[in-house]
Amino acid sequence: MVKSGWGLPITTTMRILMFGWEFPPFNSGGLGVACLGLTRALTSRGMDVTFVMPKKLPVESAFAKILFADSVEYSVEEISGKSIRTIGISSTITPYTSRSGKVTLSNGTVVDANIYGEDLLGQVLRYSLQAGEIAKSEECDVIYAHDWLSFGAGIEAKRITGRPLIAHVHATEVDRCGGIDGVNPVVFELEKLGMQTADRVIAVSQLTKDIIVKYYGIDPNKIVVVHNGIDETTMPKALPGIASLRALKASGYSIVLFLGRITLQKGPDYFLKAAARVLQQNKKVIFVISGSGDMDRSVMEMSAALGIGQNVLFTGFLQGDDRTMAYAVADLFVMPSVSEPFGITPLEAMRLGTPVLISKQSGVSEVVFHALKVDFWDTDEMANKILAVIEHPMLHATLSDYAQNEALSITWDRAAQNVDRIIREVSESGVQ
Amino acid sequence: MKALCFYFQVHQPYRVKKYRVFDIGHDTEYFNDRSETDLNNRRIVEKVARKSYIPATSLLLKLLQRHPEMHVSFSFSGIALEQLEQYVPEALDLFKRVIDTGQVEVLGETYYHSLSFFYSQPEFERQVAKHRELVRRLFGVWPRTFRNTELSYRNDLAHWADKNGYETILAEGWDPVLGWRSPNYVYKPVGANRIKLLLKNYKLSDDVAFRFSSQDWAEWPLTSEKFGAWLGEAPGDTVNLFMDYETFGEHQWEDTGIFHFLEALPQEVAKNPGITFMTPSEVSRSFDTKDEIDMPDIVTWADTDRDLSAWTGNPLQRAAIDAVYALEDGVLLANDGRILEDWRRMQTSDHFYYMCTKYANDGDVHAYFSPYESPYDAYIAYMNALSDLRLRVERAK
Repeated sequence: MVKSGWGLPITTTMRILMFGWEFPPFNSGGLGVACLGLTRALTSRGMDVTFVMPKKLPVESAFAKILFADSVEYSVEEISGKSIRTIGISSTITPYTSRSGKVTLSNGTVVDANIYGEDLLGQVLRYSLQAGEIAKSEECDVIYAHDWLSFGAGIEAKRITGRPLIAHVHATEVDRCGGIDGVNPVVFELEKLGMQTADRVIAVSQLTKDIIVKYYGIDPNKIVVVHNGIDETTMPKALPGIASLRALKASGYSIVLFLGRITLQKGPDYFLKAAARVLQQNKKVIFVISGSGDMDRSVMEMSAALGIGQNVLFTGFLQGDDRTMAYAVADLFVMPSVSEPFGITPLEAMRLGTPVLISKQSGVSEVVFHALKVDFWDTDEMANKILAVIEHPMLHATLSDYAQNEALSITWDRAAQNVDRIIREVSESGVQ
Repeated sequence: MKALCFYFQVHQPYRVKKYRVFDIGHDTEYFNDRSETDLNNRRIVEKVARKSYIPATSLLLKLLQRHPEMHVSFSFSGIALEQLEQYVPEALDLFKRVIDTGQVEVLGETYYHSLSFFYSQPEFERQVAKHRELVRRLFGVWPRTFRNTELSYRNDLAHWADKNGYETILAEGWDPVLGWRSPNYVYKPVGANRIKLLLKNYKLSDDVAFRFSSQDWAEWPLTSEKFGAWLGEAPGDTVNLFMDYETFGEHQWEDTGIFHFLEALPQEVAKNPGITFMTPSEVSRSFDTKDEIDMPDIVTWADTDRDLSAWTGNPLQRAAIDAVYALEDGVLLANDGRILEDWRRMQTSDHFYYMCTKYANDGDVHAYFSPYESPYDAYIAYMNALSDLRLRVERAK
């Protein structure tokens, strides 16, 4: 690092060419939120970030006119005089694959995005080629790619520019498929190639790092764990709970909330098994399932088969204020994920003072202390803890109070400090 | 003449197993975990005996025989002795032999290592009496010095001990209480008649108990030569070194050199003319009081706060401890030995310590000493077991 005459380090502005695939408000899940939070925090630390993404957006969107144009630059927002420039590339690829091919965006639109279609490699190749073109014209110090779909772009940009590449892993195919067995080999190989090519890999949790080492064979020494954060800009505001659920509470019911995609990875079936166990003990509990996904139907059928249909409510996909109101009304938020690389939703719930019960198979469980934790498969223990929160008001009150404070301390700013350091390290060490 | 006064604490709780809400009404065994975790009381007692009680006490026995001038004191919780008697009789025999040397004083405390003094004085007195009886049965001695759970102390505890015939009572030598005064003298508790107060020299005690193996510490490694010299230099009438006995071999593992340190200490102490090993009672009889000490609020030896906040600092801890003492009348009315015994085991201070949510440096210590994955898990298991106990109390009416 360059030293000034007074011995103080001069922090040179680093230019980051960042590849992702979604950015709020056009996001279908936590990845877009994470990209926004990290990018914003890096920018406020003085980094110059250009965010590139492939997207296909519904034409009725208010932002459509700027996002549909290939390789057209536009400014999203100004932060401390620094701008995040976002470059859009038209594509039909979306991050959350599902066997039905349906993906719900955060604006509520369901789009068909079957990545198991024949065009997968074509899409990735196209994004990579476009990335190469952008890299030729964009001056940058470090290339940065978020997750598998942008790894191709990151690899190509590295090849063209000779700049070092950081691969940030928010989720792996192994997580999405609930194990190594069901993985899509093309996605898996692309993830592996991206991480092998990268000069440094950032994993959102130790859990994710372990998976990367175990299944992808990546050298643990080049993987750094940086936990996600939450900040004012990505945080839901305080709102009253959903009115109908408040009415149920008024008549003596407790509300237990699941909120997430209804897919194998998120463990909605374990949630229902725990619910059935709770209801054997206490009938005055309503289990709310918010979200949609390829297990929608089987989860509804399962709730009927368990004979607990009367106590299980499905809200469908919730966003914005509705989502906040669901957190707010809940006595307990449960995240029973089978494999959750990080998991931002518990932090959102905690921020609103809602106690959380999270699976130990989640990255977020590595950073939060004031949460109940359980192995996703131990539905008896899940039920035991749900009942404890419902039946011991002091436990609810203490968790609520302490969790709210704790959530405030888990910030993107803290994450960006680590990422900042990693960017400077790879930039200084140059490219092999 | 200057005294060197060692007091070692021996205690093991009955940890509550992962008692689930579904067990209430079906399972009255709260402490019988048989897993390979630290909730298995037998497993822990065997482990601590192997690492600490047996090697440390074998060494101490040798030292006491080799150095007839060496005197030390012990305080054992009743439930620790009970578990040793049941699980590791070899360790209990060693303690008996050590006490039989006549160079060791045994202190009085509550049988269940409880905070009952602050919640129910009648129950406190019953536990002290039960403890006294056990000490008499096992060791044939009668405690003349009192120390309360976690060295917790308040003026009225000294008054109680005074009235009940104890000659000496122990407390933390905490600076905000002492002001300019040194812990290295004998004091008179304010308002007491005969009883004398000995104060822990926490700096020198913690040099051994906490810092011994800390490589970040400027004085590391702590040799017995160095420590012996510090003891010689310490001003005052007495240096009171109070610590957990598990320091030897459990908190400080054998490979830190803690046993070598202990073994060489008597000869290093002997290099200082005028230093004499004494038990608390001997210190009490040998020196006049220098001043009165007033402790209207509870002082303990724990954490950086030296209060009860490690046990009753958060709402969960207070809810739990209030709930257990709220059962007292029902338990006594039930007149059922097993219910009484379980209720008393549930009063052991460790249960509440495991529910501590204090962060930072103190939090680390709590995590190290807790067999639960989180304070919340500790609370849930405890409250579920207590619900079952309440049910039994109600059924017995």
